[in-house]
Amino acid sequence: MQNAVVIPPIDWSLLGPLVWLLAGAVAVTLLAVGPRPWRHYTGYAALLALAGPAVATLRLWGGSAAALTPPTTMSGMIQMDRFALCFHFIFLATAALTMLLSIPSLSERHGDSAEYYALVLFATSGMLLMSATTNLLVLFLGLEILSLPLYILVGFTRWQDRSLEASMKYFLLGAFSTGFTIYGMALMYGATGTLDLSRMAATGPSPILMLGFGLTLVGFLFKIAAFPFHYWLPDVYQGAPTSVTAFMIAGTKAAAFAAILRIVTAPVFWDGPLTLEWTRLLTALSALTMTAGNAVALVQNNLKRMLAYSSIAHAGYLLIAVVARSTDGVSSVVFYLAAYLLMNIGAFAVVMVVDRSRGGEGEGDFIASYQGLGRRHPALAAAMTVFMLSLTGVPLTGGFVGKFYIFRAAIDSNMYGLAVVGLLNSVVAAAYYLNVVLNMYMKEPVSEPPKVATPALLGLGITLSVAGVLYLGIFPARLLEIARNLLL
Amino acid sequence: MIPAGGILVVSAVLFVTGVIGVMIRRSALVIFMSIELMLNAANLLFVGMARLLGTMDGQLFAFFVMTVAAAEAAVGLAIIIALFRRRRTTDVDQVNLLKW
Amino acid sequence: MLSLLWLIPVLPALGFIVNGLLGPRLPKWVVSAVACGSVLLAFLLSAGCVLELADMPEAQRHVVVSLGDWIAPLHLSWSFLLDPLSSLMILVVTGVGLLIHIYSIGYMWEEEGYWRYFAYLNLFMSMMLTLVLGSSLPLLFVGWEGVGLCSYLLIGFFYWKTDCADAGRKAFIVNRIGDASFITGMMIAFVTFGGTFDIAEILARAPDVARTSPGTVVAIALLMFGGACGKSAQIPLYVWLPDAMAGPTPVSALIHAATMVTAGVYMVCRMSPLYVLAPGALATVAIVGAATALMAAVIAMAQDDIKKVLAYSTISQLGYMFLAAGVGAFSAAIFHLTTHAFFKALLFLGSGAVIHALHGEQDMTKMGGLRKALPRTFWVFFFGWIAISGVPFTSGFFSKDEILYRAFVANPGLWLAGFVGAIMTAIYMTRLMGLTFFGASRVAPDKAHHIHEAPPTMMFALVVLAVLALLGGFMGMPEAWFGVSPLEHWLEPSLAAPPSALHPRGMEPPAGPETLLMILSSLAALGGIGVGYYLWVTRPELPGRIASSLPGLFRFVKGKLYVDEVYEALILEPYEALCRLMSRFDSVVVDGVVNGMGTAFETSGHVLKLFHSGYVRNYAVFYLAGAAAVVWYLVM
Repeated sequence: MQNAVVIPPIDWSLLGPLVWLLAGAVAVTLLAVGPRPWRHYTGYAALLALAGPAVATLRLWGGSAAALTPPTTMSGMIQMDRFALCFHFIFLATAALTMLLSIPSLSERHGDSAEYYALVLFATSGMLLMSATTNLLVLFLGLEILSLPLYILVGFTRWQDRSLEASMKYFLLGAFSTGFTIYGMALMYGATGTLDLSRMAATGPSPILMLGFGLTLVGFLFKIAAFPFHYWLPDVYQGAPTSVTAFMIAGTKAAAFAAILRIVTAPVFWDGPLTLEWTRLLTALSALTMTAGNAVALVQNNLKRMLAYSSIAHAGYLLIAVVARSTDGVSSVVFYLAAYLLMNIGAFAVVMVVDRSRGGEGEGDFIASYQGLGRRHPALAAAMTVFMLSLTGVPLTGGFVGKFYIFRAAIDSNMYGLAVVGLLNSVVAAAYYLNVVLNMYMKEPVSEPPKVATPALLGLGITLSVAGVLYLGIFPARLLEIARNLLL
Repeated sequence: MIPAGGILVVSAVLFVTGVIGVMIRRSALVIFMSIELMLNAANLLFVGMARLLGTMDGQLFAFFVMTVAAAEAAVGLAIIIALFRRRRTTDVDQVNLLKW
Repeated sequence: MLSLLWLIPVLPALGFIVNGLLGPRLPKWVVSAVACGSVLLAFLLSAGCVLELADMPEAQRHVVVSLGDWIAPLHLSWSFLLDPLSSLMILVVTGVGLLIHIYSIGYMWEEEGYWRYFAYLNLFMSMMLTLVLGSSLPLLFVGWEGVGLCSYLLIGFFYWKTDCADAGRKAFIVNRIGDASFITGMMIAFVTFGGTFDIAEILARAPDVARTSPGTVVAIALLMFGGACGKSAQIPLYVWLPDAMAGPTPVSALIHAATMVTAGVYMVCRMSPLYVLAPGALATVAIVGAATALMAAVIAMAQDDIKKVLAYSTISQLGYMFLAAGVGAFSAAIFHLTTHAFFKALLFLGSGAVIHALHGEQDMTKMGGLRKALPRTFWVFFFGWIAISGVPFTSGFFSKDEILYRAFVANPGLWLAGFVGAIMTAIYMTRLMGLTFFGASRVAPDKAHHIHEAPPTMMFALVVLAVLALLGGFMGMPEAWFGVSPLEHWLEPSLAAPPSALHPRGMEPPAGPETLLMILSSLAALGGIGVGYYLWVTRPELPGRIASSLPGLFRFVKGKLYVDEVYEALILEPYEALCRLMSRFDSVVVDGVVNGMGTAFETSGHVLKLFHSGYVRNYAVFYLAGAAAVVWYLVM
């Protein structure tokens, strides 16, 4: 038989993180039908399920350090290089912190929600997949495995109008966007004859390839919420349960950036005849994204929505590092995402605690609810201050170091204009971040809400985030060293 | 042999039809159906291109797209039904709590 | 244990975090336990580290513990350096700091914001230890600024009193001037010494640089000394320290007497190999020190506020330390720094006990006769008094005598200034004693009947410090007697040898003048005390008559030589005029631009917000428009 299909050899060790995570997700799903007393612990089981992939990733990290060629398996569809492993850590940390945030409110309000945790784990596996491939098919599958659980998670509190509405909007626009992505992928396939980004040949500026590239890129720009594909984000982030928002703001954004980096670092785009076009395009989008996000964030009175707009601005900052088109730029993206995940998840954890004191149905999301917090909950207010300062980019916080390296990467690549726009935007952003601090310490509330205790796990999440933000701000060298030279 | 241009044109027409459907229809269900049309346009392109190029990758991709579309339909219909139960409507223009 | 060196500054920082975050909710005894406990641990750890250091061979007593990189491109790391100099400093800082923490429990117990006070105090400890242990100039500067910050916070602790807030601001501005000088020096050093901030490297490269460009080295040394003038309250930047007495008394003892204000002296000694290469700078240091020592002693003679007397006395004693450093006697400077920390902390805390007993009264003309009402306070104060006056065999005697001797070797003129200052020190301190503890009581009747001795926590600290003030001098006994001074020997590896011209060993015979000068100093101390006792205890009406016979001079001294007023006229007025001009420029031009930008952003925010209409189909339209634009741009 000449046409026998040869099944390529599979290197299971490279698939370790993914396999362990999926096994964990399936186990957590099964817990939903397990004995009733067990179900109470699904959240902790999900937390435990993250340990497996974490260990597997660590082992691969130790092993692949010396490898010179990219470690690939399944005919090159999975590429477990340092870039992928670095992002794996970000995703797993995001998922773990999300669990810490979710367990208290879920176990209090909704009983046992095995499906919630399982969906978070499945979405995480989608993220892993997106970072660990240069193949369009796998990229697409990762994107969908990430998105489908999120559509459900956003509408998880289905008795709330806003949650359902957010879910509907996210689903319709997400699916719409997927249509563009796949169509773009089909065009790229048609133009080059391969689905593997690293094998696409530079055959001059072929219009079909550019068309496909543009449509594919648009799909991921939608996920990072770059202008003008960002309109869905504030509505969805505001409507979703806060723990899901925290998960999305850190995880989805990091995954989409991993995918964008995978696409633009493909040889045909990274340094070829098509380079100039996409860098110019993303430069413009970066400036517009920062400005559009910051301007609207300035006039928000709901903290969740404000943070949503601010995350749009941060996507703009991150795009600066992408268009810097250098290895330093790539490592600064990784560093910034790490700091960004800590400060945002931390801030949303504080939002969750404050919301509890106002009934837990979103009434506490308004910035006015933070008045007098410095007196009522000094520790909580101090933590929030750290997050706000880090988001602003004040020295000794991770946010500062991240911004510093992004702007340095831009300047090294002679992108002075963009760096200036970024700096100006950082100054404007300080106004609304510091407004939160101002409200916490300088203003007295109209009516005093009852003091509520911070659940232990939420407190743990906040503490870890504060510690992480300060660690990255004071001792950035370690992570910078790790994030250096991710591209082989 | 079908010419490459023909494949491109047919699939593009299909894709644009889907996009227009999303723009002009107000029922969440019909919008979703239009999106399915966009996915199918991509499928058509994949299969056609696979045929032209003589590789299997495109056909494979089309299978995956169908699978994903099925999953998406399951999730999407669930969301739309949940919305209908609460609001008694699937008109997306009446779902407008979150804005500004 | 040496590997845990980094924990020494971190421990008080943890105390700060705990008290700062949870303070308002914790009972007072927990706040006290956390604050004192963290400092106690830091002290024990310091002691352990120093003992370990002492076990090492002399040449290896230079331990650097690094926590990791700080700013990699500048080769900056979080590194702490333990050598004989910093080891003595951490013992003084944590030891005296611990005693003052314990004292504060009693002193601040009734005050509003008890937890806030201890949080600041712990933060101060952490910063001071960072300053002392930092192995690079920027890290030293972090501590330098940190202690400044804590100092302002604590001066303004009773922020509802305006003079406290004003004093805090004054300290802030004056120190900024010094800091500007220090930063400039630091930057020039960075450039000159081949792009390094590391102190050890700078000092190692200093001789080469001094050979090629001696002027630069002098400039660096002078600019850094400018910073020291601000922090250590030397002419012309000393004016903030007397006003800083508005803070709580234990703060005056810890920050404005024992530790922070000595940071400048420490810095000069730390950089001593650089200073000996810059003779001009060294001479400046000596002259400024001697002048400050004398001038502050004069002003102290006529102050009525007990804390003001002690403040000027501190300035004067700091002048002695700089005098010592300026004549190349760095170990004598550090020796006096140490004994001064003991006796001046004692005097401040003792005055705190008096003020505490009199419910906040600080005016010495409203005291008197307290010896009977407060016998225990009197006795501990007594030891501080004889120590600072330089009565033989007390700690102050040994250290001051060492300085005067070395000054004499360098230049008899400097010695004379110091010698006169020493006599005056004895006089004004005796005046303080006389007005406070001797004679008839002038205490206001409403305060007289509830005078009470200090609580045990305060007394404990006082007694320990009294013992140290009395006996602490024996660690640096003069060479003339025992051949070698243990302290000088210990410090030798860290400090530069004085330039040969200033070196006493070159003089013959060495023992002769030292013993002679020692006898002279003893006579000066006892004579000063005698004069003071006669004037303010035996014949208390006499000073008033003398003062009225020389009204002009008296008013001049009492008015602190009108330095503040001169500054006001010469510097502040033109400065304020400039500020007004700048502020007008600011409000019209800069604010116009900034506000314009802010308004533009906000307005565009209000407009852009409207695009977020909430209609999912609108969003799809924007998406399509964006996708079309992207594709159009890429393909065309």
